[in-house]
Amino acid sequence: MTARIGVVTFPGSLDDRDTQRAIRVAGAEPVALWHKDKDLKQVDAVVLCGGFSYGDYLRAGAIARFSPVMEPLLEQAKAGLPVLGICNGFQILTEAHLLPGTMLRNDHLHFICRDQKLRVENAETSWTTDYSAGQEIHIPLKNNDGQYVADAYTLDKLEAEGRVAFRYLDFNPNGSQRDIAGVTNAAGNVVGLMPHPEHAVEPLIGTGRTDGLPFFTSILKKLVNA
Amino acid sequence: MSRTPLDTVEHAAATPDVELPWAELGLKKDEYERVVEILGRRPTGAELAMYSVMWSEHCSYKSSKVHLRQFGEKAPESDAMLVGIGENAGVVDVGQGYAVTFKVESHNHPSYVEPYQGAATGVGGIVRDIIAMGARPVAVVDPLRFGAADHPDTKRVLPGVVAGIGGYGNCLGLPNIGGEVVFDACYQGNPLVNAGAIGVMRHEDIHLAKASGAGNKVILYGARTGGDGIGGASILASETFDDAKPSKRPAVQVGDPFQEKLLIECTLEAFAEKLVVGIQDLGAAGLSCATSELASNGSGGMRVTLDDVPLRDSTLSPEEILMSESQERMCAVVEPEKVDRFLEICEKWDVIATVIGEVTDGDRLEIYWHGGKIVDVDPRTVAHEGPVYERPYARPSWQDELQADDANKLPRPETSEELKDQVLKLVGSPNQASKSWITSQYDHFVQGNTVLAQPEDSGMIRIDEETGLGVAIATDGNGRYAKLDPYHGAQLALAEAYRNVATTGAKPLAVSDCLNFGSPEDPAVMWQFAEAVRGLADACRQLGTPVTGGNVSLYNQTGEAAIHPTPVVAVLGVIDDVARRTPVAFQEEGQLLYLLGDTREEFGGSAWSQVVHDHLGGLPPKVDLERERLLAEILISASRDGMIDSAHDLSDGGLIQAVVESALLGGKGARLIVPDGLDAFTFLFSESAGRAVVAVPRSEEVRFNDMCGARGLPVTRIGVVDGDTVDVQGEFVLTLSELRETHEGTIPALLK
Repeated sequence: MTARIGVVTFPGSLDDRDTQRAIRVAGAEPVALWHKDKDLKQVDAVVLCGGFSYGDYLRAGAIARFSPVMEPLLEQAKAGLPVLGICNGFQILTEAHLLPGTMLRNDHLHFICRDQKLRVENAETSWTTDYSAGQEIHIPLKNNDGQYVADAYTLDKLEAEGRVAFRYLDFNPNGSQRDIAGVTNAAGNVVGLMPHPEHAVEPLIGTGRTDGLPFFTSILKKLVNA
Repeated sequence: MSRTPLDTVEHAAATPDVELPWAELGLKKDEYERVVEILGRRPTGAELAMYSVMWSEHCSYKSSKVHLRQFGEKAPESDAMLVGIGENAGVVDVGQGYAVTFKVESHNHPSYVEPYQGAATGVGGIVRDIIAMGARPVAVVDPLRFGAADHPDTKRVLPGVVAGIGGYGNCLGLPNIGGEVVFDACYQGNPLVNAGAIGVMRHEDIHLAKASGAGNKVILYGARTGGDGIGGASILASETFDDAKPSKRPAVQVGDPFQEKLLIECTLEAFAEKLVVGIQDLGAAGLSCATSELASNGSGGMRVTLDDVPLRDSTLSPEEILMSESQERMCAVVEPEKVDRFLEICEKWDVIATVIGEVTDGDRLEIYWHGGKIVDVDPRTVAHEGPVYERPYARPSWQDELQADDANKLPRPETSEELKDQVLKLVGSPNQASKSWITSQYDHFVQGNTVLAQPEDSGMIRIDEETGLGVAIATDGNGRYAKLDPYHGAQLALAEAYRNVATTGAKPLAVSDCLNFGSPEDPAVMWQFAEAVRGLADACRQLGTPVTGGNVSLYNQTGEAAIHPTPVVAVLGVIDDVARRTPVAFQEEGQLLYLLGDTREEFGGSAWSQVVHDHLGGLPPKVDLERERLLAEILISASRDGMIDSAHDLSDGGLIQAVVESALLGGKGARLIVPDGLDAFTFLFSESAGRAVVAVPRSEEVRFNDMCGARGLPVTRIGVVDGDTVDVQGEFVLTLSELRETHEGTIPALLK
């Protein structure tokens, strides 16, 4: 048996088909979910992919957060459904308060697309068990609003609880506080990050590395072994 | 409030003496008289609006048409061509049932007036052309030209253009995989913002812009129509800028990439369900263009009720509605029984869609407003039978003098130290420096099929995950070469793009071009144009790569000063398996470096002559198209058979520029030996065409040399991939970190 992983398409989502491909490459079954769906089609996990949902109008993720599909998603995520938010998906998860903090415009005020070095800080979440803690990986980054900010109390709490999942290495591409690239909720089932693991799953494509594949194999193993 | 009577066809016939503002709308007197002659009466205001935009230089190609015919007349036989010139974009067969459509267009004038929106809507327009053919857009490329890198206005224009391209293209989810950035004082006040796009479809999904089948419905969908971009084509793109006139900002359109993304998805879904008979995007000249082109390409006429057009501004007049260039709109022709399903799909994507008319039995395009008929024309006279000019042209008097000012006679470096300094100066000059500050603002990765992106020689996209089938695209154009000799300059642009595609391992198939020139009213400019078109058409025939479509941008001139003639050529290639592609970066130490082709003393128009001497004169490098073809065949075979691990074409900046780029990208240096019969300076800086540098694994050395020998391609061993320096033996050593700092530091320092 394999796992069924949903990928939500909002108006303006861009990496939905790429994410479905990454799920397939890892050996799981991708399930397309539409933002107006009122149920999650019994999927075992959900990815909110990158893009510019609703054109990033008002604020990145601020409108998508009110889509009908978010209602069952919020409810089930709180009950333990694994959810991964990539880039715009991460922004939607913070807007929906499933993850703390928020993203501001990059400090240099430009869109940035680069092959970014990261350190995996937490290899125990639903989406990171195929990494080892401290492992250094390269994942493409591409965004306009990637500057992670939160108040000092929240940041300290995240650090203390090991909930900073990924940190930028060598170069902070957007001014994120404490070099934070991704975070997890306390239960470890909801993870969000700005870089795009779905663009690093095939050796020939993109940067030529497959450092992003363990996101999808981690969740597959967890679901199949469950 | 006084009420002027509606200017209907009836009213126009009854009031022949009413003066219309034809001159203000950009028509010449004889053109206006021709409209009156065609209609047998004065046009209504709405008809005048349509004729004026459709007969503008931008839409009618009236100055260029007589020359562009050569692209058809001289077109080589090609099995690959599925749809040729005249449609929204050409379509090429790439095998395995796939067809690829691609095109390059200009958005030069709007991008100078309002850089962000001008560039953004340039991307939007070319992408809609691709969708209108039935294809899913898969990549964009952006050939750009700006004024001097250190001119203050470049700091206004460039960041805006780059942000506009990124802001729009990134939001559409299209990887930006290629293009160029060139600086030259001649583009001051006339930056060139060309935008290219590629789309992929199955053969059976090709759609055309025609309205046929009486009773079929005409559906306008996408954004509401507003007052932006009125007269963009006729006023902005078809006249020379003049400081005395008021700002033209209101004529620049404003883009909404989110709306365009929805338009793409909703159109593709309608195609997939086979709901569309004919389709046209709304670009230059808006509804005037879409209705007249759809109607004139189909079998019948068309009746449109303008009152049904959804408006952003309810006070717009019918003339303004017809001329508006509001973005993100398309027009589809749909059979009546499929209209409901079409509207349903639009609703799913939150796209506004309205039936605004239908195809009729007759041969007239009739448009109604408030119950009155305000347009009644033969659509062909609007769309296809505009004026055609045989503009006078003459070789400029200064051409001989320019060519006599031989760059080969410029003082050359006399010591190794001088040579080294000039190498550093070259690789750090704005044109030769790394453009990553710019390209890192574009998404290269989205869609997950990008195999190669800039600074590679060509961008490459996988189109089939199972077989690895892919396409490559390169755009090139050297205005300095074309200024010295427009005929050969245009051929060199083609040769370079062709070579760039082959260097990555893909077989060149077809061409699109964007021809950027000054004012056609200047006989010298017209001569440059005529020569460039003749040269390009001749070269396309010889290389077997037909022109599938393109765009002409004239009036790129401020006062008397025209830009360098700048034909930008895009070559599309196909590769059976993207796993065989060849990158620019050096892969492994110890691999042998070979120079393919002949190196001559050719410095006319070279980067060296510009950077070191600020000189432009002499003749451009010699063109040998048979050599280009042979070189391409060798590069493609070597890629396919695994004989080379990296390759880089030689063009502006010569061999040293290419080696430095391969070294920096691979993080591995090179030891170079000046070959017998060449001096170090010529070896490093010559811009002879038909050349490439390749890195060959030692195990493949014999096989590779045998292949070149058997095919008669000159091949010279010039060194080895080695260490962390570029070491030209007996001359100088430069460390990679020193080169990197110089090469990568220039653009950020100029623009930050």
